[in-house]
Amino acid sequence: MNFLLQLLNGLQIGSIYALIALGYTMVYGIALLINFAHGEVIMIGAYTAVFTIQLFLANTNLPYILAVIPTVIICTLIGMLIERLAYKPLRNSPRISNLITAIGVSLFLQNLMMKLFGAQSRSVPSILNAEPLNFFGAKISFTTLVTIVVTTILTILLQLFIKKTKYGKAMTATSEDYGAAALVGISVDKTLTMTFAIGSALAGVASILWVSSYPQAGPMMGSMLGIKAFTAAVVGGIGLIPGAVLGGLVLGIVEALTKAFISSKLSDAIVFGLLILVLLIKPSGLLGEDRKEKV
Amino acid sequence: MLKVSNLNIYYDHIHAVKDLSIEVEEGKIVCLIGANGAGKTTTLQSISGLLPIRSGEITFKDKSIIKSKPHLITHMGIAQVPEGRRIFTNLSVLDNLKLGSYAIKDSLQNKEKEIKRIYERFPILKERSNQRAGTLSGGEQQMLAIGRALMSRPKLLLLDEPSMGLSPIYVETIFEVIEDLIHEGVTILLVEQNANIALSISDYAYVLETGRIVKSGTSEDLMNDPDVKVAYLGA
Repeated sequence: MNFLLQLLNGLQIGSIYALIALGYTMVYGIALLINFAHGEVIMIGAYTAVFTIQLFLANTNLPYILAVIPTVIICTLIGMLIERLAYKPLRNSPRISNLITAIGVSLFLQNLMMKLFGAQSRSVPSILNAEPLNFFGAKISFTTLVTIVVTTILTILLQLFIKKTKYGKAMTATSEDYGAAALVGISVDKTLTMTFAIGSALAGVASILWVSSYPQAGPMMGSMLGIKAFTAAVVGGIGLIPGAVLGGLVLGIVEALTKAFISSKLSDAIVFGLLILVLLIKPSGLLGEDRKEKV
Repeated sequence: MLKVSNLNIYYDHIHAVKDLSIEVEEGKIVCLIGANGAGKTTTLQSISGLLPIRSGEITFKDKSIIKSKPHLITHMGIAQVPEGRRIFTNLSVLDNLKLGSYAIKDSLQNKEKEIKRIYERFPILKERSNQRAGTLSGGEQQMLAIGRALMSRPKLLLLDEPSMGLSPIYVETIFEVIEDLIHEGVTILLVEQNANIALSISDYAYVLETGRIVKSGTSEDLMNDPDVKVAYLGA
């Protein structure tokens, strides 16, 4: 039973990685840019969630879960703002400039939040406190269940959006060829903004789910979370939506099982070891096609 | 309809297009011929707004378009079939066509009608409707690229090397379609390396050499021009 419980824990944390990894992978797919500031969007989301809940606690009897609304809105706006201010001016610059900028934005946001709210973490009571449910003999917490269900639903909705709607198809077209997309009348700028907005909105949901399990926010929390989610995206195959989800879940499960049965100190080493292993055996990721770069 | 005057385009320090002026009259087929690297594609790209120009003016229906973004230029009624086709290989044939009318605010019915017309023009595309566009043959991809451009119901169609890499039978099909389009009221600016075929269907032609117009005239005159004959028609 302990194994099943750990597997569920892995699925929970993996779901959060998956939601964050979707943001990395969508932006990479369309802009060929690793948005290193994505982890900081989560961090800002977590602060928003924590402050909103504190506000609710002090003044109203509103259910904590309503914090999801301001969190998603703030994350979406921050994501769009980052794109507009940091990446758009570099649209035609070499990719290395974008990479450096991404790291710069990430450090800037970390330090800005540290300056504003201090280096200490802020904590709140947990958001989703309900009785654990019985799941084939294993006690599954309500938070775990919600996290897994929400991630599944959002992934399906995202896939439908991309495959079925006009805007989703415009995203696919833009990711393939900016020039040809512009020629059929797609605004490349708007499409990129939309991509950042969707990725950041998902990050907002991820930060609420994260705060539900680990009810605190600190200025540095985004960096490890971001790197793990980025690893998940690469393990699954960067640029691929199903890859991000698979990578996230695999990473989460490996991490949870390592912590439970091998050593909690080794869990990060094993997670990143997995990344190296995948890159050695299948550089394009678990679901990636092995394509030779065209010259 | 389209007027390009004293256009200059640079790639960094390379002066790719030099003081180029051309005019395309409504209802005509105008062609731009020249060797590889003469600046033909560069010119078309700048008309579509994909390349910044250094100086000069481009007007469409007497309105300057040099400051307009590419998607707005498509919206105004200029569509381009780019060199190398550049269809969206990961999307289906039908989705490629649908995206062709992305810029156009029109009823779904009218868009469906347009798709039907394109399928009538290119029946093979109808057969392949749900196939991934990347699986099409070169000729089929060229038809799809033309179909996609027509979906925005352009007033002016820019065609960049539509014959490139195609078997003679496809070349014939494509050029038949181009001639049909003129009868349907579409004006055409055609860029071609195959000067024979370009001059035979066009009304007026410009000869481009290393970024500069060196000759222009009615296509009939150019076909009989001794210099053009030697340089481009293999006579």
